[in-house]
Amino acid sequence: MKKSSLLDLLVLVIRRDLVLAMRRRADVLTTLIFFVMVVSLFPLGVGPEMAMLRKMAAGVLWVAALLSSMLSLGRLFSADYLDGTLEQMMLAPQSLSMLVLGKMVAHWMVSGLPLVLMAPVLGLQFDMSVEALGVLILGLLLGSPVLSMIGAIGAALTLGLRGGGVLLSLLVLPLTIPVLIFGTGAVEAISSGLDITSHLSFLGALLLLALVFTPWVTAQALRISME
Amino acid sequence: MLEVSNLACSRGDHRLFSELSFTLDFGQIMQVQGTNGSGKTSLLRTLCGFIIPDEGDITWRGESTRELDEEYFAEMMYLGHLNSIKDELSALENLRISSGFSGVELDEKEAISALSRMGLRGRELLPTKVLSQGQRRRVALARLLVSQAKLWVLDEPLAALDVGAVALIQELIAEHLKKQGAVIFTTHQPLEVAGIEMRSISLS
Repeated sequence: MKKSSLLDLLVLVIRRDLVLAMRRRADVLTTLIFFVMVVSLFPLGVGPEMAMLRKMAAGVLWVAALLSSMLSLGRLFSADYLDGTLEQMMLAPQSLSMLVLGKMVAHWMVSGLPLVLMAPVLGLQFDMSVEALGVLILGLLLGSPVLSMIGAIGAALTLGLRGGGVLLSLLVLPLTIPVLIFGTGAVEAISSGLDITSHLSFLGALLLLALVFTPWVTAQALRISME
Repeated sequence: MLEVSNLACSRGDHRLFSELSFTLDFGQIMQVQGTNGSGKTSLLRTLCGFIIPDEGDITWRGESTRELDEEYFAEMMYLGHLNSIKDELSALENLRISSGFSGVELDEKEAISALSRMGLRGRELLPTKVLSQGQRRRVALARLLVSQAKLWVLDEPLAALDVGAVALIQELIAEHLKKQGAVIFTTHQPLEVAGIEMRSISLS
């Protein structure tokens, strides 16, 4: 037996959540399939006008990513809450914020990263150029962790509420608007030959801010929900 | 030692208890008694800091538990109604992870020996969803064996256990008290620890 450090704890939580996700694969797949479906419905519904599809591509992909990340948020803390694991986490002698950060990272790896990897394939349906696809991925890489982290606050606040899922989306979606604007803005900028650094730096700044503040806020929200 | 003074707690509009004071020294054990709904679980959850009391203080080694926060958590262990084990994980994984949360890294050998003492030999690697209710409780209780905590807060530790397991838990509690640990618990079943005075507090 040896005492574990803060980093050990982070690794422990991430590994645990990834193992759990692998043993409940259906949950992971539904998010991804939802994303693929929503994005694929647009070319079918709008029709094969290349100019129009190219113009709306970034928006559709980003909105679909937003919505599908909402799908899995409800499960972020609820399973742990129902079986009592969350109580044990709150009694951990290390920082609860660190634990929460671990859960956020694991959640992103399971429900955010697959979307990022899938996006270029779906982007082809919209006839996006290679540069635009590159910027889209970069934007999603910076932006999707922010969605997981802001979403975690909402998930913690709505923990144990009936109909929490809908309330969660109503709470979280407005907060993700900046991510959406700068994410799609970057793709639009590259398509019209403008500089993308400002958009991406803003996304990066949002990511850093979220990384610093959201674990702590989520931890406080969890303490309130536990009472 | 744990010192509770003038504690008052309510759930909703209903006042569960007020002006509750007691001290629990190292090497002592205390049973919280009361009928269903008298606030036993609420008292234990207040001691864990899940519920903020309306009035009163809880101190550990002379300092408020709210200020000690993580230092206090390092010295206490809570076992609630919920087993806090994951159905998808094996008994071994569950024990190692929950021990990790309490700040102690457990290697496989230590975890397996703890589980076999709990009577789970040969079932360490099964996912806990295939275990019976009593066996799942045993997985949860295996944490008592590997815990380094001074204060044990046990809410109905004997629920769903058979006679053999009850005897084992009594043995574990006796060992813990001998090591100058402290225990506060609730139960509706008789629990006796040989050679140690059982203190009790009654909620009405």
